[in-house]
Amino acid sequence: MDAQPHDLAPGDRSGSGTVREGTLSGLLVYTIGLVLAVILTATSFWAANTTLLWQPGVALGVAVLAIAQMGVHLVFFLHIDTGPDNTNNVLALAFGVLIVTLVVVGSLWIMANLNANMMPMGQLMDLHMQR
Amino acid sequence: MSNVAGIYGSNGAMPASGSEAGPAPKEIVVAYGFWIFLLSDIVMFSAIFATYAVLANATAGGPTGAQLFNQKSVAIETVCLLLSSYTCGLMSLAINAGNRIGTFLGAAATFVLGAAFLALEIREFGGLVARGATPERSAFLSAFFTLVGCHGLHVTIGLLWLAVMMAQVATKGFLESVQRRLFCFSLFWHALDIIWVGLFSVVYLMGVG
Amino acid sequence: MNLFGKLTLSAIPLDQPIPMVASALMVLVVLLVLALITLKGYWPYLWREWLTSVDHKRIGVMYCVLALVMLLRGFTDAIMMRSQQAVGVGASQGYLPPEHFDQIFSAHGTIMIFFMAMPFMIGLMNFAVPLQLGIRDVAFPTLNSVSLWLTASGVLLTNVSLVVGEFAKTGWVAYPPLSELQFSPGVGVDYYLWALQISGVGTLMTGINFVTTILKMRAPGMSYMRMPVFCWTVLATNLLIVAAFPVLTATFAMLLLDRYLGFHFFTVGGQGNPMMYVNLFWVWGHPEVYILVLPAFGVYSEVISTFSDKPLFGYRSMVAATMAICILSFLVWLHHFFTMGAGADVNGFFGVMTMIIAVPTGVKIFNWMFTMYGGRVRFTVPILWSLGFMVTFVIGGMTGVLMAVPPADFQLHNSLFLIAHFHNVIIGGTVFGAMAGYNYWFPKAFGFTLDERWGKAAFWCWLVGFYVAFMPLYVLGLMGMTRRMQHYGDVSWQPWLVVAAAGTAIIFFGIICQIVQLVVSIRTRDQRRDTTGDPWNGRTLEWSTPSPPPVWNFAVMPRVTGKDAFWEHKLRMPDRPTGRDEPVYYEPIEIPKNSPTGFITAFFAVITGFALIWHIWWMAGAGVMGALVTILIFAWREEPETEIPAADVERVDRSRRAEFAR
Repeated sequence: MDAQPHDLAPGDRSGSGTVREGTLSGLLVYTIGLVLAVILTATSFWAANTTLLWQPGVALGVAVLAIAQMGVHLVFFLHIDTGPDNTNNVLALAFGVLIVTLVVVGSLWIMANLNANMMPMGQLMDLHMQR
Repeated sequence: MSNVAGIYGSNGAMPASGSEAGPAPKEIVVAYGFWIFLLSDIVMFSAIFATYAVLANATAGGPTGAQLFNQKSVAIETVCLLLSSYTCGLMSLAINAGNRIGTFLGAAATFVLGAAFLALEIREFGGLVARGATPERSAFLSAFFTLVGCHGLHVTIGLLWLAVMMAQVATKGFLESVQRRLFCFSLFWHALDIIWVGLFSVVYLMGVG
Repeated sequence: MNLFGKLTLSAIPLDQPIPMVASALMVLVVLLVLALITLKGYWPYLWREWLTSVDHKRIGVMYCVLALVMLLRGFTDAIMMRSQQAVGVGASQGYLPPEHFDQIFSAHGTIMIFFMAMPFMIGLMNFAVPLQLGIRDVAFPTLNSVSLWLTASGVLLTNVSLVVGEFAKTGWVAYPPLSELQFSPGVGVDYYLWALQISGVGTLMTGINFVTTILKMRAPGMSYMRMPVFCWTVLATNLLIVAAFPVLTATFAMLLLDRYLGFHFFTVGGQGNPMMYVNLFWVWGHPEVYILVLPAFGVYSEVISTFSDKPLFGYRSMVAATMAICILSFLVWLHHFFTMGAGADVNGFFGVMTMIIAVPTGVKIFNWMFTMYGGRVRFTVPILWSLGFMVTFVIGGMTGVLMAVPPADFQLHNSLFLIAHFHNVIIGGTVFGAMAGYNYWFPKAFGFTLDERWGKAAFWCWLVGFYVAFMPLYVLGLMGMTRRMQHYGDVSWQPWLVVAAAGTAIIFFGIICQIVQLVVSIRTRDQRRDTTGDPWNGRTLEWSTPSPPPVWNFAVMPRVTGKDAFWEHKLRMPDRPTGRDEPVYYEPIEIPKNSPTGFITAFFAVITGFALIWHIWWMAGAGVMGALVTILIFAWREEPETEIPAADVERVDRSRRAEFAR
């Protein structure tokens, strides 16, 4: 592999032979991605609606399936991989994921803590009734 | 063009390490900039997402998600958007190959599938509003309509962008600038599907359990 | 349907003398400036060379001009607050009624943070970064122009609120439920929200622009560890912008939905949760203060190493500290609302993280001190500002760590102790850094240095004035005085507030000195011409260009072989003062074309914002359509770049070298 002085653009694939070869291999990549995504989606829908699974685990399972499908999209549709020419793209993505995690998890932790500590008794009872 | 010094790099004799190679070519710069924009957009979604998660039980005595959501409709929407992501990929392949007909076909398929997604979503919203489950009803509904609606708004903007891009391909052909913009569009469209995966999982699937 | 929405003639505060006088003055000044430009026939020049410019150097100057003008507006608000508090005690209600005082402290915070500090830092970034990286412009020059003009749109809307309508009375953070429609039915909060949403889009685009520029476009040979430290801090700043501003956009959007469409995100009814606003606001708010201070840290690094004639001490640890601050700034935000009811576990976690984030800043302070130690320090105006910063910021930082202890914060939250703390770090950090950068890079931008004596006078007035104005506030906070008080009963507070007002007057003299400095410098510029391009014996690449640099920055892109690239060249070739080999071969240079896109987009943004504020729906629609059409026209333009012939480049470059050889 000759030294590529500049990184790949995110979403771009490293060169692969002729245009025709590139199109065919590209078609394969997208199709595999589609099939995987369909399987993961179907599994998610099934898991959420079936009574065969232990209910408290379903939410976690759906989350895992969602993350897996996001990964499928990233790898097969957006061509993000761990090659050295993709480092900037992966780092940027990792930074984004970190911020998203901090915002969502941090907010949930803080707000749950605030709600628990500050909620007037009457409202607490209302919420219990709603479950 | 190759002996003109611009603000973007040209390919001359370059040192081995990427970080010392000088300014990158314009298509890489544009794509990376758009990638950063997409990440900022995802952070924006995460703030609305976090708000939804916090307010998910704040139904103010009104309807809950379990009472409102139609999983069949959501499943069809999901398939439409996923397929549109696939046809967008096919469109990218056609662009790389310089295939104009293929590009227009891929774009048309993407557009139709995206529009179908939107139509179903608008129908869903209309149905909710007709049942009195308006965003003004409760904090949960405000958050639901905003989160899902924001995604729908992005899809709408994406479809408008796609239409404009097809007009550009028709009038300008596969100019470098047109190709760069189409590339950005496909990044955008795939990212929207990634966000939808998170949305349907947390809002619709977990909301019904 | 009313053609003008909620807008009526009663929106102009004819019955309130103070806003009327202020509005009249402001409108008069604006009209005078416009008349002057028209009479002297400057419009074609202004339009061609500045308003449609996509050149980062011009855009940087315009940002700084915007910031300096808004400094005057924000400082006027400060004078009014200090004078009101100096007299508004006991039987006297002072001269500012509460509704007015509330708008003043809200406008003061909003303007100083969003329209003074941010544009100043962004202006310095714009001017210096491409030059320091050895390149010709940022990644997206037209987008850069759009960012500038969207920021200016926010400024315009905020200032219009003085004349037509009112501003928010909620404080610059606009917490619900006070900022909800139920308790703020007027247009004030809407002015605040739309001005900040519009300028926020501009800022986000700046973030994208600079992250891309620094990561993807540096001169050949400039690896990451050979970048000037200012560029590292700018990278961290813009990563923070990209990560934090979307949260603010989302938060304001949700508040706008509450206000315009009756949603229940943060309302009291519908089971809304006002605390979620507070939470999300500070998710943005804490990174924001690092966005404000990190570029200043970069300026200090450049200034201290340049005027100590020594390389910066501990380059690697500086870089590591900067990136650590970047990440850590997202882990502390709850310390802005310790008192809002979280349990000890949550408060404790964020308290500890807040103390940890002080460590990398401490590393930087030591590095700056070690840079000066053993160097030959020249006490120029930029170094004075840097020294003032080091003392002042450390004091402010220490009071911050003090308040990072939740039990202590329960006593001090929202007291004047807090106000003193954040002014201590923002003025000591950001404002002093802005002044240092302004004096440091002025000769590069305009071709002549600023007058040193007036600059030193300004510094001393600011430094002394700052301490006199804000140290009493620490005492007052410990005595129990809360913030934002239009009137108070405890007469023992008054002497301290009078001293604080005196401090404000001293700062005022400092600002006068700066205005005089500028006027005098322009008048006597021929005596202080910068003919070499390197008035300070600088170390980084911007000093290798003429002052001011040609639009293409570098006739031939430099090849970098080490840190402090220009200094290294000077050492290798002491008899070539320009620091570079004489080019044998000049190439034609492509530069981006000027474009009115930014200015016109901003025009439509102002129309849209104003229309939305006053509920003039047809006008809002027209504004959005106008912006869309502008984008489409831009998308269809044929030639984005013009080519400067190699002969022109050669002519300019050779004449500059010849002049230098003289």
